[in-house]
Amino acid sequence: MNLWQQFLSPRSIPEAIQALRSASGAAIPIAGGTDLLLDLEQGRHTPIHTLIDVTTIPELNALEERQGSLFIGAAVSLNRIARHPLVGQHAQALVEACDLVGGPQVRNVATLGGNVAHALPAADGTIALLALDAQAQIADGSGLRTVPLSDLFLGPGKSALKHGEELLIGFSLPLLEAHEASSFKRFMRPQGVALPIINLAVRIARKAESIAAIRIAVGPGAAIPWRAQAAEQALTGLPFDESSMSAGLEALLAHVGFRSSPLRASADYRRHLVATLFKETLLTAWERADQ
Amino acid sequence: MKDQITLTVNRRSHAFPAQPGETLAELLRNRLRLTGTKVACEESECGACTVLVDSEPVLACMYPAQRAAGKSILSIEGLAEEYSHAGTHGSPVRAQGDAPVGAHGNAPSEVPSLHPLQQAFIEHGAVQCGYCIPGQIMTAHALLQRNLHPSQEDLRVALKDTLCRCGGYPSIESAILAAAQSMRTGEPIAPPLIPQSASLHTVVGRTHIRPDAVEKVDGSAIYTDDLEFDGMLFAKVRRAGVPHAFLKSLDISKAAALPGVASVLTAADIPGEHNHGLVIFDWPVMIGVGERVRYVGDALAIVAAETQELADQAAALIEAEFDLQPVISGPVQARQPGVPQIHEKGNLLKHIKVRKGDLQQGFAESDVILEHTFHTPIYEHAFLEPECSIAVPTADDRMHIYVGSQIPYQDRSQVARVLGWPESRVRILGQLMGGGFGGKEDIAGQIHAALLAQSTGRPVKLLFDRHESMLVHPKRHATQIRIKVGAKQDGRLVAMETELYGDTGAYASLGDKVMTRATTHSAGPYDVPHVRADCYAMYTNNPPAGAFRGFGVTQSAFAVESIMDMLAEKLELDPVALRQMNALDVGSITNTGQTLLESVGLKECMEKVDTEVRRLTPQPFAPRPTPGAPHLMRAWGLAAAYKNTGLGGGAADKSGADLELFDDGTLEIRSSAAELGQGLVTVMRMVVAEELAVPPDQVRVLVMDTDLTPDGGPTTASRQTYVTGNAARLATQTLRNAIASAMAEKYDVPPAQVRFDAGKVHANGHSLLFAEVASEMKAMGQQPRALYQYEAPKTQPLGSGGDMHFAFSFAAQAAEVEVNTLTGEVRVLRVVAASDVGTVVNPLGLQGQVEGGVMMGLGNALTEEFIMHEGRVVTDHLARYRVPGIMLTPEITSIVVEHPTAEGPYGAKGVGEVSSIPTTPAITNAIYNAVGVRVDKLPVDQELIARALWEK
Repeated sequence: MNLWQQFLSPRSIPEAIQALRSASGAAIPIAGGTDLLLDLEQGRHTPIHTLIDVTTIPELNALEERQGSLFIGAAVSLNRIARHPLVGQHAQALVEACDLVGGPQVRNVATLGGNVAHALPAADGTIALLALDAQAQIADGSGLRTVPLSDLFLGPGKSALKHGEELLIGFSLPLLEAHEASSFKRFMRPQGVALPIINLAVRIARKAESIAAIRIAVGPGAAIPWRAQAAEQALTGLPFDESSMSAGLEALLAHVGFRSSPLRASADYRRHLVATLFKETLLTAWERADQ
Repeated sequence: MKDQITLTVNRRSHAFPAQPGETLAELLRNRLRLTGTKVACEESECGACTVLVDSEPVLACMYPAQRAAGKSILSIEGLAEEYSHAGTHGSPVRAQGDAPVGAHGNAPSEVPSLHPLQQAFIEHGAVQCGYCIPGQIMTAHALLQRNLHPSQEDLRVALKDTLCRCGGYPSIESAILAAAQSMRTGEPIAPPLIPQSASLHTVVGRTHIRPDAVEKVDGSAIYTDDLEFDGMLFAKVRRAGVPHAFLKSLDISKAAALPGVASVLTAADIPGEHNHGLVIFDWPVMIGVGERVRYVGDALAIVAAETQELADQAAALIEAEFDLQPVISGPVQARQPGVPQIHEKGNLLKHIKVRKGDLQQGFAESDVILEHTFHTPIYEHAFLEPECSIAVPTADDRMHIYVGSQIPYQDRSQVARVLGWPESRVRILGQLMGGGFGGKEDIAGQIHAALLAQSTGRPVKLLFDRHESMLVHPKRHATQIRIKVGAKQDGRLVAMETELYGDTGAYASLGDKVMTRATTHSAGPYDVPHVRADCYAMYTNNPPAGAFRGFGVTQSAFAVESIMDMLAEKLELDPVALRQMNALDVGSITNTGQTLLESVGLKECMEKVDTEVRRLTPQPFAPRPTPGAPHLMRAWGLAAAYKNTGLGGGAADKSGADLELFDDGTLEIRSSAAELGQGLVTVMRMVVAEELAVPPDQVRVLVMDTDLTPDGGPTTASRQTYVTGNAARLATQTLRNAIASAMAEKYDVPPAQVRFDAGKVHANGHSLLFAEVASEMKAMGQQPRALYQYEAPKTQPLGSGGDMHFAFSFAAQAAEVEVNTLTGEVRVLRVVAASDVGTVVNPLGLQGQVEGGVMMGLGNALTEEFIMHEGRVVTDHLARYRVPGIMLTPEITSIVVEHPTAEGPYGAKGVGEVSSIPTTPAITNAIYNAVGVRVDKLPVDQELIARALWEK
């Protein structure tokens, strides 16, 4: 069956918003389409009439330093992100996450905007962005606004973006200062859907041998991409050692809402795995921050 | 306002009006007829459709064509030209002259220029079925453009999601590295390092490239879906979608009324027989109203329409009402009293029995008895080319069917009986196949396409999408195997009892044969005096189960090879020593009462593997922490296997071959044996070249055409090298004798003094080219052509005590794993595989069969599981059924063991299956050796390993 009837390629944000609002029949923005087209094909998404290609809008393809932050357009491909020196410098966790999504062919078209808009609680790019304290830029008929990333999620697969009205433009990440770094890791199982059974990203600021500040995101720690705030609080100000790690992990485990997902992992297994993931990811970020 | 798409494809500009829903793959394939870009999954999983868009590899099957507007596309067809324009890297290599391909050179004489990657893929044997190859090469090309010094890791990352189901990843890797080296240095492609046969033949036993290799690397190879015919309609099958029900009503009126729909047929419209099947005709072509639906893939109605879109729409408009029945979801449940019976004769397809000696006495004599139950799941072939059939009615009232099928002659009879026609009115024209592995033995769309072509008088194409392919075709049997072994303290096996349940699904397919093989092989390749095996092959409401590489032996080998290691541990014996003590040898008597008289290379296989493994690791079966990472435990594990060559069990095992010498001196060898990528066509060509002492490229091969090629029998049971190899050899000897007689008469010498050497025939001082031989024979009124019907040695049915099989192949493999004790994750690092193949015919082809067998065994162990829930398919897309990719490929060392079998061609026997059988238990035994967790249910569940370790 034809997955779409009309394919529009607007050249600007207002043009895209206009197309979204005035399309005959259901309309949806498409970036890489690597999730969207499959969902349409396999009947997981209601049929649509018009695809609005946002990869032709220059603003959504921007990747640059802007007023003390790193801006990544929603339609920048994951491979371009992973290879970009600015991202390598300021967001290693994002490089690591983008490098693990799909295969190379998929990453040449898949985008961070799509990853976030899909609103899965363990999407690799989303989990990295959450730890990196990203802000999302959204356009609607009245202009642009910036919101914390976590405001975009309502539930598994449910984005807060208003269908047919709003467009995700890009993400702003704070630049790293000296002795700050990030890291991302995940575990998979070899069978079934290629989604991580658990992933974790961390951004850490180091002051000599102590943790000055830390942000930790874990997927799927809840119905939406989840931050381990209790663990962050427990770790802040502590020296980076075994007992701090145990305290942080304990705080994480006390609040995390791991579920059992059939064919992927039980909650028990996730609780077991997160111990290794937590220690390994934090250690990598910590060592990176020593530079 | 219609949008225009203007784009550049392979350096040429094109403009097209945009079409709704069109992907780049469709634009390339349908509008530009660039069919080298293959569509295998349509879900971004397999990489077969990879093309370059502005130099970056993307998946064309999920890339909207309109997005390509203004961009530059490179597909496989444009690669060589692109390379010649690139300038800095020099000019494309020519296959001719550069190819180190054996004594005679084997490259076709008129070869277009190739990119070094294409040339290297050919020479390194990376090309098997060929369906993934355009995607592999385009992905590799994108890598080399960026990085001409790729490491193995770079290469694996780049090819991570470009799947090869033939499993030729090691050859793909070596080809890419060789191409990169050639491009850096300007030197010719370095040949692969592949051991040649120890036998002393001119052609046989030396590396030869495939006759179809060039077309498979340059994108010109034509598979069924690449064909189109004038006036062709597109078909779609309305499937039941429910696992067990009676069809209460069926309303096709909306579908039939849809403009553009040419025909809608139901069971009521079938002119001939209503059922098909390979052995038992129990599989309805369509389910009629009032009849029983037995699985989700059952056909209710079929549609032909002007476009695929319309056919799909029409099929969705067909309304069915069902009276749902309780679902039988497994073989043990199917045998319980009081459950619904799926077929009139009940749920039992067959109770298979093997009896040898006196089991009671055997256990009484045993010092040690062990018993354990094992489970294996359903597995999916996941051949990359989905099933496609095109039926074309001809002016002389016949039906031509273009299809990739493993049994062309059986397709012919099955189609004919449903059309109600004599077989002579049906012609099967077998096309190149993108893999089969047993999954293309049963009817897929052949009959449906033919019925629609019969009713419309127009050509009809029926192409399965991946989803339909996964729902419909027969799978590997899921099994439950209880095994009880009794042994003496010193390790000698005394008794073995097995009880197998096999899930044969909704229809018989080859279930009886497959489970018979599982049962007869269930005591392993060992000489056991007292054996009793009972197997219940049960109908269920799951997809049918039939042939799949290994043919039942895969399942029972997992059970018996696991318990052999458990026994070795119990008796504190070395696992190799225990197996060597009990291994089948010349003089042994099999479970079915067959005395093995020759060609039993099992002990040598185990010895070679043992030596190699101990060279690599002094104490291979002991756990070793990885230096610097004590949570990563390593160990080797071992398993052995045997597998019959040929049908056996009393079935007549025949093949015909027809050899013709043409006026230009070329030869054509013909048989309807199927080429699914395994390399039979290379074997046939080499056999003719060997017997006539001509260069192999003087020999063409024609297979799978029921009008033009004699019946080669089914391509199953690792039989074709033996059976059709012999037919080709004997047809060639017949022609050779005819030539010798004719030349003897002409030049007045005894026939025995006519010599065949270096591409010429020598008689009494005259040296004749084959072109001259052809014209001289014709002048003498003789046709230079020979047909030979080969019949393999007779076998006896199970239970008769006679010889069930005319040959067995043997193998032993060791796998080294690394288990992460924190996460339960398992990696296979190295596999050493020894295979007794009788005699190697083509070392390059053998390498591919061994690598592919190991990869398939690894998939069975670690990644693959076809999951059903109450008769519904959970793993209904490739995204949910993981085929192992290049990232999981271990270092594979292939050791060839040659114990010739007297009747085989040059001593050869089959290898296609046995190379895949020991891998899985070798891996699970290695896991046990590494961390002490016994895997008794496949696939390996890393969560269970982790849990077992944290609960310790």
